[in-house]
This record gives sequence, structure tokens and C-alpha cells, in this order.
Amino acid sequence: MKQSTLIWTILMVAGGGFLLFQTIDKKSGRVYVRDVPVEAKSSVEGAEQAVEWTKTQVVPEAEKDQPGVKVGLSRTIGLWVAALCTLAIFSFLYGDNPIYKFTESVFVGVSAGYAMVVAFWSEIIPNLFGKLFPIQARDIFFLELNEGEMTANLWYLIPLAMSVLLLLRLSPKGSWLARWPLAFFIGATAGIRLISYLEADFVGQLQNTIMPFVVFGADGNWQIVESLKNTIIIVGVVSCMVYFFFSIEHEGFVNYVSRLGVWFLMVTFGASFAYTVMGRIALLSGRLDFLFHNWLGIGL
Amino acid sequence: MKRTIPLLISAVTGFVLIGTAFIPKFVDWGNTAMAWFNILAAFAFILGGGNLLKMQLQKISAQQPGWGYAAVTLIAFFITLFVGLFKVGVHPNINAAELPWSGDFLEEGSAFWWLFEYIFYPLSATMFALLAFYISSAAFRAFRAKNTEATILLVIAVIVLLGRTYAGEWLTGSWLPEEPIMGFKEVYYSDFRLPHLSQIIMDVFTTPGMRAITIGIALGVASTSLKVLLGVDRSYLGSDQEA
Repeated sequence: MKQSTLIWTILMVAGGGFLLFQTIDKKSGRVYVRDVPVEAKSSVEGAEQAVEWTKTQVVPEAEKDQPGVKVGLSRTIGLWVAALCTLAIFSFLYGDNPIYKFTESVFVGVSAGYAMVVAFWSEIIPNLFGKLFPIQARDIFFLELNEGEMTANLWYLIPLAMSVLLLLRLSPKGSWLARWPLAFFIGATAGIRLISYLEADFVGQLQNTIMPFVVFGADGNWQIVESLKNTIIIVGVVSCMVYFFFSIEHEGFVNYVSRLGVWFLMVTFGASFAYTVMGRIALLSGRLDFLFHNWLGIGL
Repeated sequence: MKRTIPLLISAVTGFVLIGTAFIPKFVDWGNTAMAWFNILAAFAFILGGGNLLKMQLQKISAQQPGWGYAAVTLIAFFITLFVGLFKVGVHPNINAAELPWSGDFLEEGSAFWWLFEYIFYPLSATMFALLAFYISSAAFRAFRAKNTEATILLVIAVIVLLGRTYAGEWLTGSWLPEEPIMGFKEVYYSDFRLPHLSQIIMDVFTTPGMRAITIGIALGVASTSLKVLLGVDRSYLGSDQEA
């Protein structure tokens, strides 16, 4: 056995032993729930109360000895599955391994299925089926529709037809027909983006940059710090724009200005990098908090 | 015809949506186009699922290396699809008890919610968290103060990183007093504490760079959109051989 394999095996066994100890002795890795009765009424006027059921409510571990509180089996299994999935992904740090590949495959499958289900229930049913067959949509799926929306809108046959054409992309012979909905997609994106980017980003940013070099307060005094801030921002934006202006040679004075622009850009990239790192570290600490606090029950 | 009709569709759709910003009469048309766009986007997810299915089945039938993982993907895909589409474990809406499909598909306690809460979310969060290790290791290897620009980037990154954590307060919180610097009534020694310095960098020095980049992106998007709508850029249609 290789030395590294031996070390990892010992670590894994020790980790497994610790988990067993935590689970059996400390009773960690459990989710406690309480049953809450739900009374449901019929949507049909005059009908009597139709169904009753119970839903489970998660309770803090401190209340586990109270009456009516029990271990929620599905949530406890879920907690363990989530923890083992987290560890399986972290196992990639040791190297590409079958456990990671298995979990990655599960992730791909679940993600694709999740996206399809969300698209189906949140878009296709209310906004396509609901427009074409409003009465059925109300009677089957309990879509809350206004009186004016109760007649079928046949214009929605066009997106339905385009959607079918889009799915033809998977067919070897009819895939060229998928260009039509794709063209609609591209055209709509271009149309929306053209206006929104020009309005919010181009004009908006220019407007925000047009500000006074010299700032005076309400009492008439010269606000040195505010003036300096504005000057830095204006000079910075102009110098960065000069750097991005490639139609003239960056020589002489232009070269100095564009060099200043590069410095401003470096400050931006440095700060952006720091923010990205911090975002990832925050996610990492979130996962570690889940493993130690939620799963193992170790207070942090 | 294979290329003309798509060009026409994209031009008409795009210009109608542009027109909604200038002509009030077009506003309803724009809203309708947006609703259609959202429906097509939803079908694009179904297309994506179908494509995944096709690729994984090809992998399995050809018994390519790692075909077992393709089978795992398919099983996970079908289970998610089944529990989500059939709303397994979802109770009816509280106001429509006789309609079994009236409940929310993401209702807490349902099978689909379980898959999201205990598989999808932990896996996606951990995948992104894993990048923390690689981004740090890449930075450690790549960051060198070789010239002025690299030094600025390095110094700013360190200041912002320290300033946005407790380390910044711990390093500079105590020995920089809250007293004005001699000759400047508005500037205090405490302004040079790392958290404050980091805030100033974000507010004053990062803004120009972000603004210039944003303006550049906006101009780029506008010109690319116009090229697409006028039919100058047809790359999205692919080649004729593809059809």
C-alpha cells in the first residue's frame, strides 16, 4: 500500500469513527419536527370541508424533549445526504475520484430535471396553457385568472408553434426549422438589450459622471474632500475611456493619460478580485458551518 | 428561404421591441413579445433536457469510458423530472382541496423540495465554494509585483481583502486615532484604517474603472445588437451545411 493511501485510509477511518461517535453519543445529525394539522376548504361554493392533512414543522434541537416533537425521518435522511454530497464534492481537492464523479453526475441530472420542472410549472402552465385553455387551467391547476382572462388568446398559438419548432433541433432532418424560434430569441434579446444597456449603462453612467469639480456646502464653504472625490472620479473615467480609445496612437500626452487609465483599471481589477475571493470564502464558510453546526452539532 | 425568414423574424422582433421604447402604441406589442420570449425560454430548458438525454443515451449505447456515470445522470434526471412534474408529496392548495394539482410544486416537505433542499442546493453551493481553494492557489502563484500595474493590483486586493474582514479592524483599529491630521480639518488619522480605506477605494477609485468598463460594454452590446438586427452578423444562424 502506498504511503499516501495509508495516510488517507487512516484519516477516513478516524473521520468515520468520529461521525459514529457524534451520531450515537451526541445524537447529532437529526432533525426534530412537530406535526401541525391543516384544514383545507373546497374552492366550490357551498361544498363542505374537503380534506385534512398534517404538515411537519421543524423545531430547534433545544425543544426536542417537548411533547409532540419527534425525529423527522425524511429531513434527517436529507441532512445526511446533503452532508455526504458536500463531502463528496470536497473530495475533489484530493483529486478526481469516483465518489466525486458520481456526485457530479447526480448534480448534472438533478439540475437539468430541476430547470425543466421549474420552466414547466412556472412558465408553460400559467403563461401558455393558461392563455390557450384558461377554463381548464383554472379547473385543473387552480390558476387565479381574472374575468378578462377567461377567453382563450389564440395569439399564443404562435409561441406554441415556435416552441415545437425549437424542439425540432433534436431531429436530424428538421433542425433547420429551429432557426425560426432561435431568430425570434436573438431578435428579442437584441431589441431589449440595445435599449436597456444604452439607457441604464451608457446614458446613466455618463449622467452620473457629470458632476462638479468644486463642491460647496450649504454654508458656502469649500468641501475639499468631496471636490477631490469628484475630481478623481471624473479624471479616472476620462483616462480609462482614453485607454479604451484605440483609434488614435497612444503617444505623448495621450500615452500618459491612458497609462493613468490603466492604473485605475488595475485598482478596479484588484478590488473585484478581492470581492470574488471573499464571495467564494463566504460560500465555503457557509458549507463548513452546515457540516459542523447543522450536521455534526458542533457549536461554532 | 432557410436564411431569409430567420433574418426577417429577428429584425421585426428586435425593431418592434426597440419601437416600444419610443412609440407608446407599441408597448402592448412589446409586452406580448416578452411573454412569448419567456415561453420560448422555458421550452429551451426542455430542449436542453432533451439534448442531455440524447447525449447520455449515445454514451451508454456506445459504452464509452465512464458510461456508468451517464446512467447515474439519467436516473437522477428522470427521478427529478417525475417527482417534479407529478408533484409527488405535494398537498392541494389550501383553498382548493378537491384539486390535487393545485398545490405549489416547490411546497415544503414535498419530494421535489427535498431534492432541491438536500441535493441541488448543497451540491451547487459546494461546487462554487470549491473555487475558493483554486482561486486562492492561482492568486498565490500568479500574483507577483513585477511592475507598477501588478503592484497596484496586488496592494489594492490585499487592502480590500483585509479591510472587509475582521483582520483589518484588528490590524489598524487601535493605533490610528480619531484625530484630524494637522492642517486638514476634514481628514482624520482613522480614515487610514483598513476598513475605511477599503471603503474609499470601493467608492472613489474603483468607480471610474467600473464606469468605463460599463460604458464600453453598453456600446459593444448596442453595436452587436444593431449588427444582428440589420443582418450584418448572421453567425447565430450557423452554416448552410448544418441545416
